[in-house]
Amino acid sequence: MKANYGYKDGAGDFFITIDTDKCDGCKKCVEVCPAMVMEVGEDENDPLSEKQVANISAAQRKKLKYACGPCKPNSNRQKEPCIKACPMDALAHSW
Amino acid sequence: MVEEYWRWKEYRWTSPDLDWKKAKHVTCGVDVGSVSTQVVIMGDGELYAYSNQRTGSSSPESAEKGLRWALEGTDLTREKINYTVGTGYGRVNVPFANRAITEIACHARGANFMYGPTVRTVLDMGGQDCKAIRCDEKGKVISFLMNDKCAAGTGRGMEVFADLLQVPIEKVGDLSFEVEQEPPSVSSTCVVFAKSEASGLLRAGWPKTKVLAAYCSAMAHRIFTLLERIGVEKDFAITGGIAKNTGVVKRLENELKLTVSKPKVDPQIAGGVGAALFAKTLLEKGKG
Repeated sequence: MKANYGYKDGAGDFFITIDTDKCDGCKKCVEVCPAMVMEVGEDENDPLSEKQVANISAAQRKKLKYACGPCKPNSNRQKEPCIKACPMDALAHSW
Repeated sequence: MVEEYWRWKEYRWTSPDLDWKKAKHVTCGVDVGSVSTQVVIMGDGELYAYSNQRTGSSSPESAEKGLRWALEGTDLTREKINYTVGTGYGRVNVPFANRAITEIACHARGANFMYGPTVRTVLDMGGQDCKAIRCDEKGKVISFLMNDKCAAGTGRGMEVFADLLQVPIEKVGDLSFEVEQEPPSVSSTCVVFAKSEASGLLRAGWPKTKVLAAYCSAMAHRIFTLLERIGVEKDFAITGGIAKNTGVVKRLENELKLTVSKPKVDPQIAGGVGAALFAKTLLEKGKG
């Protein structure tokens, strides 16, 4: 499942996409995220599956622009730490 | 008494054919939304009864009231319900539910039941948020996108407009087509900004129907941009209260160049239906 967490508002689209078919719940993204945006737990949108997958913490879902801001500098921008840490290539940011 | 134009009618329904006593599993789905609460009771995966009413200030109370109303006039008692699943905003606050499941999973499953297995894209337009969901032939979610940060382009926004323009909410859709020419959309779908923009248009002499048309098309466009992100595949179904608003649905159809599937039952109960179906699956898998 491609889970898009985030929102769209007057300032733009701020979504983090998690491919739960690729994600194996290794928690590497959780370890590197400085803002505690990433979490790993049951897939709440697939109630019949018991697999552990990454998701976005409920507290951060509506403020991703700000929570992820420090990892998105204006210059010398590199890949976000969560995306870089993911061995399964299961994460993507929309902005 | 001042007329409340936004106030939509609450109702309940019982199946004339289904006998719950013959069902192996009687399950219940409770969808406590931000604006409305639906309680759906199913016997072996077939609709038996449901109620649809406004959510009050307390989720447990709304769920309780909804269940009582759904059971009203039937010979079914709550003790005979084998498993209950809660969903929607207030899902963790349904005291009699055995489990809570997100509304994303439930709406996909419910739409699969209500519109048939050919449905691939589901748009749930609720009271305070909207969700775009892609699913497979079994109603399992393949991808989804949720916008619950603001109430722009949702049922609550429509209620505010009905009140401002003094048009009963059920007539908003049809009236929005009583214009000679489609006006430009209002520039913002934010309920607060759009309301003040609409007041301005009324002062400038626009008739109500033209203002409604401008708001409905702004709403349709906003939903269109959300859908674009996950892509739309046929068949396309809309669930939730706005599914009953032709003013938005037809304009969205025009933007998407697609026809929206017609529901066999009330599109507003999709979440509850999905929850009751999950309850049945969980019972069968022995997780009850």
